[in-house]
Amino acid sequence: MTTIETHAPGAEPIGTGLACITDWVTTTDHKKIGRLYIGTSVLAALATLVVVGLLALERIDISRELLDGGSLTQLFTLQRFGLLYLVLAPAVVGIAVAVVPMQIGARSIAFPRLAAAGYWAWLFGAGLGVYATVMNGGPNGGEGRFYDLFVLSTILALAGLLASMGSVAVSVLTTRAPGMNMRRLPYLAWASLVGGLGMLVALPVLMGVLLYLYVGHHYNPTGTEFGGNQEFATWAGFGFTQPLTLLFLLPVLGAGADIVATATGRRLAPRGGLYLALGLAGLAFVAGATQGTASIADGFSALGWTDKLSQLLPYGIAYGLPALGVFLATALVLQQLRNKPRMLGGVLLAVPALLVGVLGAAASVLGGVGGTKLPGTTFEEGTLFALTAAGLLGGLATLVHWAPKFTGRTVPTKPLLPIALLGLAGGALGALGPMIAGFAEQPSGIFPAVEGGSDSIVNFTAVDGPSELWNSIALAGAAALLLAVLAAVAVLLRACAKGDVAGDDPYGGLTLEWATTSPAPVDNFADVHIVRSAEPLLDLKISNGSDA
Amino acid sequence: MHALPSAAAAPRRQVFIGTALAGAAAAAALGGMLALWWRFRSEALASVGSWVPADVSIPMVPANVMLIACLPICIFAQWAVYAAKRGDKPHAGVALGLVALLGLAFINAQAYIFAVMKLPVGEGAYGAMFYALTGVLMVLAIGGVAFSAIVAFRFLGGRTTDVEVVSAHALYWYVFSAGYSVLWFVVYVTK
Repeated sequence: MTTIETHAPGAEPIGTGLACITDWVTTTDHKKIGRLYIGTSVLAALATLVVVGLLALERIDISRELLDGGSLTQLFTLQRFGLLYLVLAPAVVGIAVAVVPMQIGARSIAFPRLAAAGYWAWLFGAGLGVYATVMNGGPNGGEGRFYDLFVLSTILALAGLLASMGSVAVSVLTTRAPGMNMRRLPYLAWASLVGGLGMLVALPVLMGVLLYLYVGHHYNPTGTEFGGNQEFATWAGFGFTQPLTLLFLLPVLGAGADIVATATGRRLAPRGGLYLALGLAGLAFVAGATQGTASIADGFSALGWTDKLSQLLPYGIAYGLPALGVFLATALVLQQLRNKPRMLGGVLLAVPALLVGVLGAAASVLGGVGGTKLPGTTFEEGTLFALTAAGLLGGLATLVHWAPKFTGRTVPTKPLLPIALLGLAGGALGALGPMIAGFAEQPSGIFPAVEGGSDSIVNFTAVDGPSELWNSIALAGAAALLLAVLAAVAVLLRACAKGDVAGDDPYGGLTLEWATTSPAPVDNFADVHIVRSAEPLLDLKISNGSDA
Repeated sequence: MHALPSAAAAPRRQVFIGTALAGAAAAAALGGMLALWWRFRSEALASVGSWVPADVSIPMVPANVMLIACLPICIFAQWAVYAAKRGDKPHAGVALGLVALLGLAFINAQAYIFAVMKLPVGEGAYGAMFYALTGVLMVLAIGGVAFSAIVAFRFLGGRTTDVEVVSAHALYWYVFSAGYSVLWFVVYVTK
């Protein structure tokens, strides 16, 4: 056994003001690092949803100009970059970092300093990415040096996410409690392992491509080899769209499964089926590894069987199987609701997250089919919005459900019901509006360049049908999700200060994290527990019941 | 708090597994970059008939020597593991030192190639991709030398039970050597 010290015991933080800030900035406690990720993604969500709303507002009446053409291009970049790498990705990495080590009975996350450094690298990279875009950089931007900065900062942000998710994957592989074999892993731990390994294969491919783009543009700004900032989406677009984004949905599915299982108080069956479904969803990494080359071309129906198969097979693996995995996993989790679960706050938020996630996964299958004429339309925007809403609601569900382990207090359930409904409505409407508009071929694309560049009178192409209605629905969805997030944050903050003091196991949990004190100490467990099933605490309760 | 049965701390091979995952990530990055290189090369050959710029000459001797150096690097890294398992500090120290030395020689050879080729970085797609690809390998080599130095200091400093870390160090250089072998074939041999 190595003598490397892989966790920093440290004392419980005491104090306020500067001492508290210092404690959070220098923390190596995975629970705090995870909450930093989720908290930052929630803050970023507020800003990104405003951007989404502004773009929807601009599209409602295309004859009226609210924003000039130059800023529209940047807003499109901010929307794409924000939804994916400022909201969805950090939210799900935060879920995994905050909870998984406790679930597997580990006293610390593996490489805690690396996990913490990952958060700061992501934050710094993401912040620089936003700065570069605002300064007219980014894809289709007008400032070459800020385009370079955008590319470099994206690499840094991705490296940070990989560092933290890699720590989670190593934790699951090496630091499980004695007796916890792979078949006894909690669902969130399994989903995080699959998702983490998928990210470790897919995201470095994107980073390599981004490195080419940086070197090519920085040292030869007028060169046409990579198409400069106008062709960013051609080379790196696969890293900003479906099906790669489905990879980020995995921890949401896992968290949802564990939360529902806790609420029902029963073993969630079939266990193998859910593992398999999560594994299928993890096949989304194929899109990254192949640089997103799978698609169904226009004129598919006229092709011969061999040509059809050569398109269907890669498309099925990259798009179909991951979506099928998401659908199966969600179905298996939701069918547990017939066991009349207790209405825990986590369940109220997790169920909308799963439903909106399924909407995004189903839409992702259609999005790459050339014959539908959906590629390059706002349908793709709606799909990403659904997946991001799922990640956001999943992150909030995590904070609510595991609040006793983070803060020692429970979050009241009653105010969460309207918030969950508002979140569900926001996620669904915000996704369906652009999706329907996509069927009318309202243009968008991954990083759309607004025609006319920085001319003062630039606007969107007119489309058939009531585009005002669809874009109003999109605006209403973004606004509803924004309100839901704000309200959830308010409830969480209030519960943090004045919530009921939680017992060690307030919900009758099944997995190991409920075996430690509330709040959990820095090192999670005083003792390393022996596990004999996937639900060790349920075994204990049954055993205690039979003894009595 | 629930009274579950407790046990001694779970076995850990965190550094080894972490190195394996980092190696997989590096392999994915290199694989993706080489795939794009191959695509650009095929398109250039099909359109203009050549991929390497006409006035650029690739020095094959240092490139081949770097490949040959990968073999003793792997052997010495495994020698370090063999010695570490027996608690043999002198041999482990020599082996780790030799790995670091050869790693430095690798970096020197790569720098020599850059100097001799005199290829501007902005020389079309070839220049940008050549420097990006070989630059990544060079960064990995620098990381490997640093890894060797840290492992050597730890082991010679008395942490003779750190066999797992020495094994992880060997794994790192295996992955590195495999990566360079593929790069050598694609970039230097097929050109």
